[in-house]
Amino acid sequence: MQLSEAWLREWVDPPIDTQTLTDQLSMAGLEVDAVAPVAPDFSGVFIGQVLSIDPHPNAAKLRLCQVETGTGEPLQIICGAANVAAQQRVPVAVIGARLPGDFKIKKAKLRGVESHGMICSAAELGLAEASEGILVLPEDAPLGHDFRTWMQLDDHSIDLDLTPDRGDCLSLAGVAREVGVLNRLPLSGPNFHPIAPESEERWPLSVTATAACPQYLCRLVRDLDPNARTPMWMQERLRRCGLRAISPVVDVTNYVLLELGQPLHAFDAERLQGPIQVRFAHEGEPLTLLNEEQIKLHPDALVIADDSGAIALAGIMGGASTAVTEHTRHILFESAFFAPLAIAGRARRYGLHTDASHRFERGVDPELQARAIERATALLLAITGGTPGPLVTARAEAEQPQRPPILLRLERIPRLLGITLEAAEVEDILTRLGLTLTNTDDGWRVQVPGHRFDLRREADLIAELGRIYGYDRIPPSRAQSSTHMSVPREADFDLDQARAQLIARGYFEAITYSFISPSLHALIEPEAQALALSNPISTELSSMRSSLWPGLLQTAQQNLARQQTRVRLFETGLRFRIQPGGELEQEPMLAALAIGDLFPEQWGHSAQPVDFYHLKSDLEALLTLTGRRQEISLTPATHPALHPGQCARIERAGTELGWIGMLHPSLAKQLDLPAASYLFELRLHQLADGRIPAFSPLSKFPSIRRDLALLVASDTPYAAIEASACAAAGDWLRDLLVFDVYAGENIGSERKSIALGLILQAKSQTLTDQDVEDAVARVLARLEQDLGAKLRS
Amino acid sequence: MNSISDVSELSAQLADLGTRLNAEATAAESLAALDEVRVRYLGKSGQITALLKQLGRLPPEARPKAGQTINQAKTEAQQQLEQQRHRLEAAALEARLSGERVDVTLPGCGQRPGGLHPVTRTMNRIGQLFASAGFETAEGPEVEDDYHNFEALNIPAEHPARAMHDTFYFPDGRLLRTHTSPVQIRVMENRQPPLRIIAPGRVYRCDSDLTHTPMFHQVEGFLVDEQATFADLKGVLYEFLRHFFEQSDLSLRFRPSYFPFTEPSAEVDVQCVKCGGTGCRICKHSGWLEILGCGMIHPEVFRHVGIDTERFQGYAFGMGVERLAMLRYGVDDLRLFFDNDLRFLAQFA
Ligand SMILES: [Zn+2]
Repeated sequence: MQLSEAWLREWVDPPIDTQTLTDQLSMAGLEVDAVAPVAPDFSGVFIGQVLSIDPHPNAAKLRLCQVETGTGEPLQIICGAANVAAQQRVPVAVIGARLPGDFKIKKAKLRGVESHGMICSAAELGLAEASEGILVLPEDAPLGHDFRTWMQLDDHSIDLDLTPDRGDCLSLAGVAREVGVLNRLPLSGPNFHPIAPESEERWPLSVTATAACPQYLCRLVRDLDPNARTPMWMQERLRRCGLRAISPVVDVTNYVLLELGQPLHAFDAERLQGPIQVRFAHEGEPLTLLNEEQIKLHPDALVIADDSGAIALAGIMGGASTAVTEHTRHILFESAFFAPLAIAGRARRYGLHTDASHRFERGVDPELQARAIERATALLLAITGGTPGPLVTARAEAEQPQRPPILLRLERIPRLLGITLEAAEVEDILTRLGLTLTNTDDGWRVQVPGHRFDLRREADLIAELGRIYGYDRIPPSRAQSSTHMSVPREADFDLDQARAQLIARGYFEAITYSFISPSLHALIEPEAQALALSNPISTELSSMRSSLWPGLLQTAQQNLARQQTRVRLFETGLRFRIQPGGELEQEPMLAALAIGDLFPEQWGHSAQPVDFYHLKSDLEALLTLTGRRQEISLTPATHPALHPGQCARIERAGTELGWIGMLHPSLAKQLDLPAASYLFELRLHQLADGRIPAFSPLSKFPSIRRDLALLVASDTPYAAIEASACAAAGDWLRDLLVFDVYAGENIGSERKSIALGLILQAKSQTLTDQDVEDAVARVLARLEQDLGAKLRS
Repeated sequence: MNSISDVSELSAQLADLGTRLNAEATAAESLAALDEVRVRYLGKSGQITALLKQLGRLPPEARPKAGQTINQAKTEAQQQLEQQRHRLEAAALEARLSGERVDVTLPGCGQRPGGLHPVTRTMNRIGQLFASAGFETAEGPEVEDDYHNFEALNIPAEHPARAMHDTFYFPDGRLLRTHTSPVQIRVMENRQPPLRIIAPGRVYRCDSDLTHTPMFHQVEGFLVDEQATFADLKGVLYEFLRHFFEQSDLSLRFRPSYFPFTEPSAEVDVQCVKCGGTGCRICKHSGWLEILGCGMIHPEVFRHVGIDTERFQGYAFGMGVERLAMLRYGVDDLRLFFDNDLRFLAQFA
């Protein structure tokens, strides 16, 4: 809502400057978005009269004008505008004037003839983007007066960003009412007189949708002067409120909309066919709107119709078939109250948003219609003349908006606001807002005026009290501190710890969009059904991710393109998967990606490319946080996005916890990523239930280490060796290390060598050499039996 | 070696030997050379040892005195040698250590840490501040239903406020949550007051330009208890924002506003943290920054979750995390948060 400060001050004029006024509005909940001068700075422009016009001796397009500016000594001014004519009142920039853009008017010679000033166009004065010819002023513009002062150009356009509950402030009158309340001033709006009809012609009217349209008023006005022009003062006010002047009929409806907040419509009466009907649309009923758009209506759309069918989308936009044109001579004014619920959402359904729909959705004062149509008639007659008919009214008494009184309890005010208001103050504030109060035992019964659609409950009234009293006057209180402690279980997986681990290991946290491109989804998770958005920003962002890998891979791609060679990233967040039963699972995940060398390039280590085991070490750091590291295993498996030979499912007791592996080389190629790209992903809920540490006593006896170099078949998994060795060594085995893995020609291609370190220690005795030899022998025998392992000689 | 005949002659010889030993020991440049000196004087056939062997030639009455004299010389010689050995060892250590000198200005070796995303960093900080005030963290789904995202928050279908939420929809009518407020509903559906909750997370709006990304983060907070007033809400937000920006005199402004799920509602402005309120580009020369929305939980919201409004009241607030992060770290382009450029992320490490 944009309005002119000068116009507002005509209604109510508090003795405060513009800044204070706009601050006051913002602090009352009518947020001022912008304040802009209505005209740029200029000076030295006076109202003049063109006395005579002669052709320029040396230029066909220029003319010599004698212009009186009230000094008694006419000025000779050369003017190139085609529309200049004798007797016109015009704005004249005299010698010494300063026009917008710091343009100084000096005495000039044009094609050999002197010119003592300039007759200005609206554009030259910064009052229009562009203009054709000079600005012609009304005949009663006072000769010799300062143009800027006469036009009240030291005015501001105030742009209000109103919240949807304050439909009552979508007009000059509404904002003035608020300013009046805040400053304790009465309003002095224009006077309204009912127009005496000059004909008996009543347009037939039938309202069948009375709940949606409880009140409909119309009036025929015949014999408008089609040559009449909207007066400059009205054009100027419209401009300052952000509207462009179009024609007297349209301008008058817009003017009343701005002034009172009542949307009006005017039909070209000669193009109407039969009675006006207010009804709901038939399914698929066609309507061509004013903007030439053709729509098919839904049956919940309220329309104005005549015998030809729908001619307007009620409360939203008129139709093209009955629109007023420059030739219109007879009009039918409409001023109606449409119920907010009958209009709400309808405009959006047809891709529309109009000044009318904006107001009807929020609620227009149901007591305003008659005033508005009288005001519009009076304004129009003053411009175009004409013969007004009588007001035709269809009013469904039973359907008028009901405003049951609201009970307000005095004690609820401090309960909600935290301050105590005296009864007298409550009464003062609410009465100023136009509410009517009667006393009850514990407070008041409050009647709300028609324009305040937002006040329905006790809480709404208390909010109004707070608003007018001033939120800033409510002192912040130190609320009682909480005695309720809410701390996560110690055993719970701590995501912050996990992040800290990864960060210490060189990873950066990324946050990528939860929606990805369907093609990327199909590459990474071809088997998971993607959840697709109905209205994505773009195809690239249309599938909900079913894994965090696509986002990380894309981020890696972009960073590699920015000349990074080493990328370590992780992300946490939900993945979205449609379960076989069709149910959607939104599961929190943690994923990580590693590309490039093990360490950032540095002088002390020679470059070593990252491999599966480096990534596994990072994974293990996270798994250790659960306290259940020993229960978790990696099982060789296949995943469509991973290298079949470097891929594992992370499991605990048969439950999948996640995946780890090398990006499948063919995917790496398609995504233009290095072949050695490693990924893991963990299901956080599955890790959540961890275990707290359990102490076991430290042995006082020495430990003994024995190293074994074993030869096993090359496909023997270490996990099997570990299991057999542990089972055979029994309680004495305190630790088992792998300190070398070797495969090569000297042992043949079917075998590999694994070097184990057994660390043996007993809890209650010192192990003898014999004890140790026996244990090692048991381990070797078991390994040979289970896995065919031999000692490497 | 001369044979000795009396004690004075012995003393003279010993003094001479002492002087020579001293000179030779001092001249020894290694422990081995020093040992040779020791052998020359104190070894089995060393010169001082030889004098001791001649003791028997002296008259018996002179022997004790002579023996004492020789032993004393021997002790002195040993001390001389010992002192020199210390000197040589110290010099050797010094020489070795100076060879082991490192360049302490070279960069360290090994892994270098990564870093947390600035949005997470900001959310963690918000979470810590509210945790210290007894608020616990809750989470909710991001694919939401209309009821929790709108209806239960007193935003019925066709409500004008819906036009302000450019909502992403799925074919089945579900949607991506447009704010973290549905967590309010989900918590209140499942738990009884008193409640003190904050709910950080991703939210989505179908909007993408210089100042909007289709995904961003909010932190929602709310409290429901038998006592909870607008003044308490102001108190908790003053406390939070002053600690968040670490400015103990930070000014706030509470402007009446409208949210369907609170009544009364307010927008909270903080005094511009960039210019201190004098006006700058960041605050559009107003001196104020709009930072969060808040209010007292609307009776309709309580009705939807079955909380008795006569007994309980509550307040709620919500803030945009990226906005806070931008102000806190001076980031001037929202979209940088989701580019995940390592050069950007490394600045928050
Ligand atoms: Zn500033």
